[in-house]
Amino acid sequence: MTDPLKIHISGDASACALGADATAHAVMVEAEQRGVEIEVVRSGSRGMFWLEPLLEVVTATGRVGYGPIGAADVAGLFDADFGNGGAHALRVGRVEEIPFFKNQDRLSFARVGITDPLSVADYLAHDGFRGLDRALSISPAAIVVAVTESGLRGRGGAAFPTGRKWKTVQDTVAEQKYIVCNADEGDSGTFSDRLLMEGDPLCLIEGITIAGIAVGATQGYIYLRSEYPHAQRALNAAIANAYAEGYLGADVCGSGQHFDLEVRLGAGAYICGEETSMLDSLEGKRGQVRAKPPLPAIRGLFGQPTVINNVISFASVPIIMAKGATFYHDYGVGRSRGTLPIQLAGNLQHTGLVEKSFGVTLRELLYDYGGGSLSGRPLRAVQVGGPLGAYLPEAQFDTPLDYEAFAAIGAMLGHGGIIAFDDTVDMLEQARYAMEFCAIESCGKCTPCRIGSVRGIEVIDRIHHGIESDKNFALLNDLCQTMRGGSLCALGGLTPDPVRSALQYFPEDFAMPTSPVTA
Amino acid sequence: MKQARPNPVSRPVSRLPASQLSVVQKAIEEHRSRLGPLLPILHAVQDALGYIPADAVPTIAYELNRTRAEVHGVISFYHDFRTAPAGQHIVRICRAEACQARGARELEAHAKQTLGVNFGETTADGTITLEAVYCLGNCGCGPSVLVDTDELHAKVTAERFDVLVNKVREITS
Ligand SMILES: Cc1cc2nc3c(=O)[nH]c(=O)nc-3n(C[C@H](O)[C@H](O)[C@H](O)COP(=O)(O)O)c2cc1C
Ligand code: SF4
Ligand code: FES
Repeated sequence: MTDPLKIHISGDASACALGADATAHAVMVEAEQRGVEIEVVRSGSRGMFWLEPLLEVVTATGRVGYGPIGAADVAGLFDADFGNGGAHALRVGRVEEIPFFKNQDRLSFARVGITDPLSVADYLAHDGFRGLDRALSISPAAIVVAVTESGLRGRGGAAFPTGRKWKTVQDTVAEQKYIVCNADEGDSGTFSDRLLMEGDPLCLIEGITIAGIAVGATQGYIYLRSEYPHAQRALNAAIANAYAEGYLGADVCGSGQHFDLEVRLGAGAYICGEETSMLDSLEGKRGQVRAKPPLPAIRGLFGQPTVINNVISFASVPIIMAKGATFYHDYGVGRSRGTLPIQLAGNLQHTGLVEKSFGVTLRELLYDYGGGSLSGRPLRAVQVGGPLGAYLPEAQFDTPLDYEAFAAIGAMLGHGGIIAFDDTVDMLEQARYAMEFCAIESCGKCTPCRIGSVRGIEVIDRIHHGIESDKNFALLNDLCQTMRGGSLCALGGLTPDPVRSALQYFPEDFAMPTSPVTA
Repeated sequence: MKQARPNPVSRPVSRLPASQLSVVQKAIEEHRSRLGPLLPILHAVQDALGYIPADAVPTIAYELNRTRAEVHGVISFYHDFRTAPAGQHIVRICRAEACQARGARELEAHAKQTLGVNFGETTADGTITLEAVYCLGNCGCGPSVLVDTDELHAKVTAERFDVLVNKVREITS
């Protein structure tokens, strides 16, 4: 008897939105009818959305892909002997040889799209839990040193050195400490947290557990946005499997260390991605931003020392522990070490996930990886770093992805989302939307954020209608300055960035001869 | 922090219908031993009833030893929680930037026009409540639409939106 045909079809939310469930179902039905024995694995997504639903078949020479495969294409695949990698119009060849994929540096995403996300056995077979093994064999202090020396900076947006945060929590004496994983991923244009949580949840669990052991915390929470039901299911199932196999619970891997982990759902508030607001939300309150200090590392959840990191920050830790700080630090440029899972979104032919060393330029990402605009029209603007990120014109496309290089042009990398717009974009509308988003999502604590954003919408509307333009431009500038200076957190403080960059780089959309922005 | 007990010492008599009250009590029992139980309780109530009735607030407040104002404040803070029933299905359109770059503004206009409602409103036949959402993590494949809590759609053009809406209405009728 021959082995069953092994097929991978992504179970990722985006792949399913593009029809992957229907494809998987059609494959099973067709195989049954033809009497072909198959095994279908619902893996994560490779992050090449233009090929989803991507069907991969395991052959003697590696995994051969066909995509995008709708349910209607399935019978034809069987006719084409796809089980042996047969020729077909939608055959894309060996998936790992596709340049978009091949040229990446997949460290945190090494397993995503490859393994069965929920299987501990598969995880172990692909180097899983080696970081935890290593962490348990050295002292907590040595774990923190390794994370510090790797150069890892928080991937949630603020780019604070992760090792330094862990050290503070480690050094703070308390009966109870907590780990909180920030899985709120509210920025438009970002989905790397989701891809990882759905595609390799055990990697996140491993990273969080290592943090717990390093700082002496026995309880972890993953604060997940409610918009991610797929990820919720994947996390809960993976956590249950990790408990069953002894990787979580009273005696992690027989080490005598205790660590519990639980998923908590947000409730549709962007501001709860801000760390102190998240803590209040976890405590069952309105998600309002707390003044700092005290730092959450010293007085965090329920007043106890708390490590809060982004999903990707935690997911970078297992490989740092397994392969060493130097291995990770060797990737990247300047003070931006390691890799960044970059998300290509919006008007691009090839949207998806590119995990790459820092230093790659926007232009390479937009054209070499992204393939230029989806519409075929020229790209005009990109927004990097979510709704609080600046809009950048073509003249800035040679900027390398590096925290400092972006800061130098008044922009930020944030969580690594890149949204491309073609030349049909109306930048006045984008500026207006930035103010609108701030007004909708403001936690209400500071007047410049809560009221200023509403005023901002009105002022932009007046500019739009050509009413007292000079006066209203001046007013808009003042408003931006007040918001920047008088806001407790980056929602109010950075909303001026997309607004002012739109004005500065695209003055023609505001019907102005030249830029009125003063620095 | 020590606080005076904010609530009446005796359990308030609930004005909820018995069936709803048992849902609320079950949610409280299921989650009360967790740290920070309020959000899990509110989610559980809304999952079961489709909304959080105002009359549930006194019971939740009493059982968690919080004030009614606090509980009400939490419910009103989060966009997810609703205090009145929605239509039979909720259709959420992503309004955020990555979807805008792929045609979400046009989709939004089309949806409002064909359904005859604004965001937050329910169609005259009661089948669909239209809502705005700010990113569904499907930013590479927008415009994105979420039907109810779990049915995500990608690359939703005006035509595909109409098909989708018809399907939702078919299931309903
Ligand atoms: C308005 C606002 C929204 C934020 N949203 C997120 C988010 O969705 N995910 C995230 O990881 N960090 C977010 N942050 C950053 C967090 O406050 C915090 O810096 C981060 O969780 C720390 O983890 P890291 O060091 O691993 O990045 C947000 C910050 C602000 C001001
Ligand atoms: S800037 Fe806005 S969101 Fe941030 S604390 Fe102030 S009011 Fe809240
Ligand atoms: S912006 Fe619409 S799904 Fe992210």
